[in-house]
Amino acid sequence: MPGLRRLIEHIANNGTRDWLFILPSLVLLTLLGLPLLALFGRAINADFFTQALSPSALEALRLSLVTSLLTVAVTVALGTPLAYMLARWQFPFKSWATTLIDLPVILPPSVAGLALLVAFGRRGLFGAALNELGIQLPFTTAAVVIAQLFVSAPLYVRAARIGFNEIDVQLEEAAHVEGADQWQLFREVMFPLAGRSLVSGAILTWTRALGEFGATIMFAGNLEGVTQTMPLAIYLGFERDLGVAIALSVVLVGVSILILAVTRKLDKTHR
Amino acid sequence: MKRLLSLLFVFTLFVAGCAPLATPTPAPTESPAATEVAVTVPPTTAPEPRTLTVFAAASLKDAFTEIGKNFEGAHPGVTVALNFAGSQTLRTQLEEGAAADVFASANHTEMDNAVKAGLVQDGAARDFLTNKLLVILPASNPANLTSLQDLTRSGVKVVLAADTVPAGKYARQILDKMSQDPSFGSDFGTKVLANVVSNENDVKQVVAKVQLGEADAGIVYVSDAIAAPELVTIEIPAELNVLAQYPIAALTQAPQPELAADFVAYVLSSEGQDILVKWGFSAIQ
Repeated sequence: MPGLRRLIEHIANNGTRDWLFILPSLVLLTLLGLPLLALFGRAINADFFTQALSPSALEALRLSLVTSLLTVAVTVALGTPLAYMLARWQFPFKSWATTLIDLPVILPPSVAGLALLVAFGRRGLFGAALNELGIQLPFTTAAVVIAQLFVSAPLYVRAARIGFNEIDVQLEEAAHVEGADQWQLFREVMFPLAGRSLVSGAILTWTRALGEFGATIMFAGNLEGVTQTMPLAIYLGFERDLGVAIALSVVLVGVSILILAVTRKLDKTHR
Repeated sequence: MKRLLSLLFVFTLFVAGCAPLATPTPAPTESPAATEVAVTVPPTTAPEPRTLTVFAAASLKDAFTEIGKNFEGAHPGVTVALNFAGSQTLRTQLEEGAAADVFASANHTEMDNAVKAGLVQDGAARDFLTNKLLVILPASNPANLTSLQDLTRSGVKVVLAADTVPAGKYARQILDKMSQDPSFGSDFGTKVLANVVSNENDVKQVVAKVQLGEADAGIVYVSDAIAAPELVTIEIPAELNVLAQYPIAALTQAPQPELAADFVAYVLSSEGQDILVKWGFSAIQ
């Protein structure tokens, strides 16, 4: 561990002042790490696999995967053009659009859930119109996807916008000179060059969608197999069977660590 | 020096964070009801500020908020911190080490679980009220429900409390009873359960979903309907209903054992019972 030796040397050279950095850091790292360790500690028992593989746990896992991947697909389809426009075009109300993209990221999920209810609920702003079309969103899997989209799609758009922004304008001009139209430019130059940003943005959106809880429980309710995703199963299951909740949590932590590792790798190869 | 101080501050926070789950202590309220409350413990000349933490079933929200205010009025310096949730959530929180003085459950199951976990002394719990259930509908009654039989109509959106929640357990017991009644038919319960679109984590969330008009019907306590008078109700006949019995007990690890005993006594007193009756519960005697 050359890093550790360097740290020790650094402390030896600088004396006690270093502790002003090290101690607070340790406190925070402990605070962040201990709960996860405790979760794994409690999960290690003979029942782990039977609990993680129980029918209701698997049902929640299946629903989580289906809805979050749908969310990612819709996000990429709708978010890529938007990110491109935000990065390269000038249009009226652009700053409004930017704010709209930034807002859900910092909005509490319960606010998101309530907003979705008053917009798309049966008595919501568009509830009557949707009802005419025979669509009632609350308590459906579609509502789960919409809740996930609302809170997680902006993450992708933000990442993609930055990715597009980083591309050298001269490259675009060159493509223009070569006679490429807007669509060719996007498909042949911008999309491949921003590829890594798009992928890491999509992964961010996926993790956020997987973890979505507050907006889902308010807007979509809780029914096994229809709207009960993993976070809901953990929250509502912890009093039924703490073991199942812990097993599910460990699965989610595992998936999250894996996702982080992949994004890191992508970032590294990028640089 | 400044940095050292801030470091100390961080450490204090950390140590404080290690203490058992503390409940937020709202500022002690003035005591408007003090005059009309029988004082069980004479107020001392210089009351030390104390906090009594009460974990109570979600259905008790309105009644216990009032009881808590009165109790504060009769006990200068005492703040009653109330934590409302489904009884099963409260019991789990207590098992995981949440510090509380009093536990009021909406059924015997969770109180028995608390006894088994050593949180409550065996035999210490006392029933303090009974409750019944009914069906609530949004004021607009979007599904045009007029009878209990209508609950089986396909497409009716029914919301129940989850089967771990006392109100959810009671609701399912009632559906079972109705299924044994020939006038409803043996598949009544199955059909209603097939109409369930969401299993909520406590009974107040069932009320909220119906109030919002998202659900067509919910099965909740009579007391919940009293607290939300704008809702339409369909009564469940007594022979098909259940008698929900709520037990209350001071916890063995209560940080304020004397106050806890006082609070339980106050809930059981005629004054406490009057408040409960006012909020739609039935007194135990």
